[in-house]
Amino acid sequence: MTQETQVIQSPMLQVEDLRVSFKTGEGMVDAVRGVSFNLGREKLAIVGESGSGKSTVGRTLLRLHPKSARITATQMRFGDIDLLSCSEKTMQGIRGRRMSMIMQDPKYSLNPVMRVGDQIAEAYLAHHKVPRKEADQRVLTMLEAVRIRDPQRVFRMYPHEVSGGMGQRIMIAMMLITEPEIVIADEPTSALDVSVRLQVLATLDDLVSQRGLGLIFISHDLNLVRSFCDRVLVMYAGRVVESIAAADLDKAQHPYTQGLLAALPSVDARRPRLPVLQRDPSWLTEPIHA
Amino acid sequence: MAMIEVDKLNLSFGEGDDANQVLHDVCIAVSEGEAFGLVGESGSGKTTVLRCLAGQYNHWSGRLAIDGENLGRKLEKARCRKVQMVFQDPYGSLHPRHTVETALTEPLAIHGIGDASRRIDAILTKVGLPTSFRYRYPHQLSGGQRQRVAIARALILEPRILLLDEPTSALDVSVQAEILNLLADLRQREGLTYLLVTHDLGVVAHLCDRVAVMQHGRIVDLIESANLVGCVPEHPYTRMLVEASRHYDRHMADSVAPEAA
Repeated sequence: MTQETQVIQSPMLQVEDLRVSFKTGEGMVDAVRGVSFNLGREKLAIVGESGSGKSTVGRTLLRLHPKSARITATQMRFGDIDLLSCSEKTMQGIRGRRMSMIMQDPKYSLNPVMRVGDQIAEAYLAHHKVPRKEADQRVLTMLEAVRIRDPQRVFRMYPHEVSGGMGQRIMIAMMLITEPEIVIADEPTSALDVSVRLQVLATLDDLVSQRGLGLIFISHDLNLVRSFCDRVLVMYAGRVVESIAAADLDKAQHPYTQGLLAALPSVDARRPRLPVLQRDPSWLTEPIHA
Repeated sequence: MAMIEVDKLNLSFGEGDDANQVLHDVCIAVSEGEAFGLVGESGSGKTTVLRCLAGQYNHWSGRLAIDGENLGRKLEKARCRKVQMVFQDPYGSLHPRHTVETALTEPLAIHGIGDASRRIDAILTKVGLPTSFRYRYPHQLSGGQRQRVAIARALILEPRILLLDEPTSALDVSVQAEILNLLADLRQREGLTYLLVTHDLGVVAHLCDRVAVMQHGRIVDLIESANLVGCVPEHPYTRMLVEASRHYDRHMADSVAPEAA
């Protein structure tokens, strides 16, 4: 009980001055350059263009980078665990158990030669020593929770037999069956159709609010983030240039955020030309807006 | 007279009991210089209509006409001079081991058009690329630059019609704005007719004058983009597409019919 209150008071995740660089043929490349944020029980969006480092941040939290990557931070804490220095064994207890990640495309993220049910059960069994029967039962309950109508049948299916939207729900089921505290969703709906996307988002939305999860929602879709998330971090060239409440996105201060919003074609504002983003070199170095 | 006429277009794949009809009596007419949009979700048949016009399928029934001339089943060179297509994925549609110059020379060689070098310089300038880019390979270009090359390749034969299949869906928002501006400019300058396929209502409303909404191989709604501004469309499916492009709404998700397993 005491632990419970503590979790509510302090943020679940604290990241301060995170830097990530990768080794390439031409020396080190800085992918993330000083990112700081806290995550509570909320839906936090990270938006930015390709190459801005938003996925790298998500992968760093789960330590999914190759050994050659150089990761530094003044602080990267998950509860009372230091994610920078903890052992690989501790990490295995966190990864997929207390913090899990939903990938973009179910076509590439599900094992094509394994039945859907077996894959989800595997995720559960990796962290819980229970009889197989019990695991299967949990899988069926979870499939129901992500609103798959005929769990028994879907359990026996292979990934190629399910549609994109259902594939993404299966991924969500797999990631949530261990009842994690934090879910990182990396463009979970970019590969989906409008109506399917709505349903998958609703599923995610319900589970996040019912279970009180912290959600990091990595996306490039500003319109979606504006109405789906609570808070938005805008990343440019490996840095957070603006952190803003999603509802206030219209009042964004940073010219990059404003530029991204203006460049969106809209049904409601027909313009002969779309304003093209003019990049200012000072965005790479200037201090960050709170 | 309509530049593109599609009349009672039907198409099925497979035969007998396995036949799957993917287009049902699709009719559209696009006038010269117009930009016409086809929106819909995966499997609605929007790209299939484009492919019939481009000559990639030839077992359709109905009538297709370009500039008043009925299209035959066979893909003729003359049709390629009039109709060109730009594909979705600029990464997949350029040969990785051909330079920009090779990619742009090929259509000219096929059609026996001379003066290639001057034409390539002219077309690269037209799509906003430096002429020095002709010696580059696709991997030396960004996504937006590749799509510019793909547009240049389509335009080098000086067609009257461009078929655009999701031309910006693989691009970042800022790059998408550049390509959409380029397409708008080209249409104005060259008097081109566009048939654009996309799932993004924002894009189609921006670029096109009229939009047809497709679902399950049928056109279910036809609207003028100008009428979409700030309004709630009558057709329920169109309404869902428009609302979803504006924002996410938890209640809206419940109204969408659950997906069949």
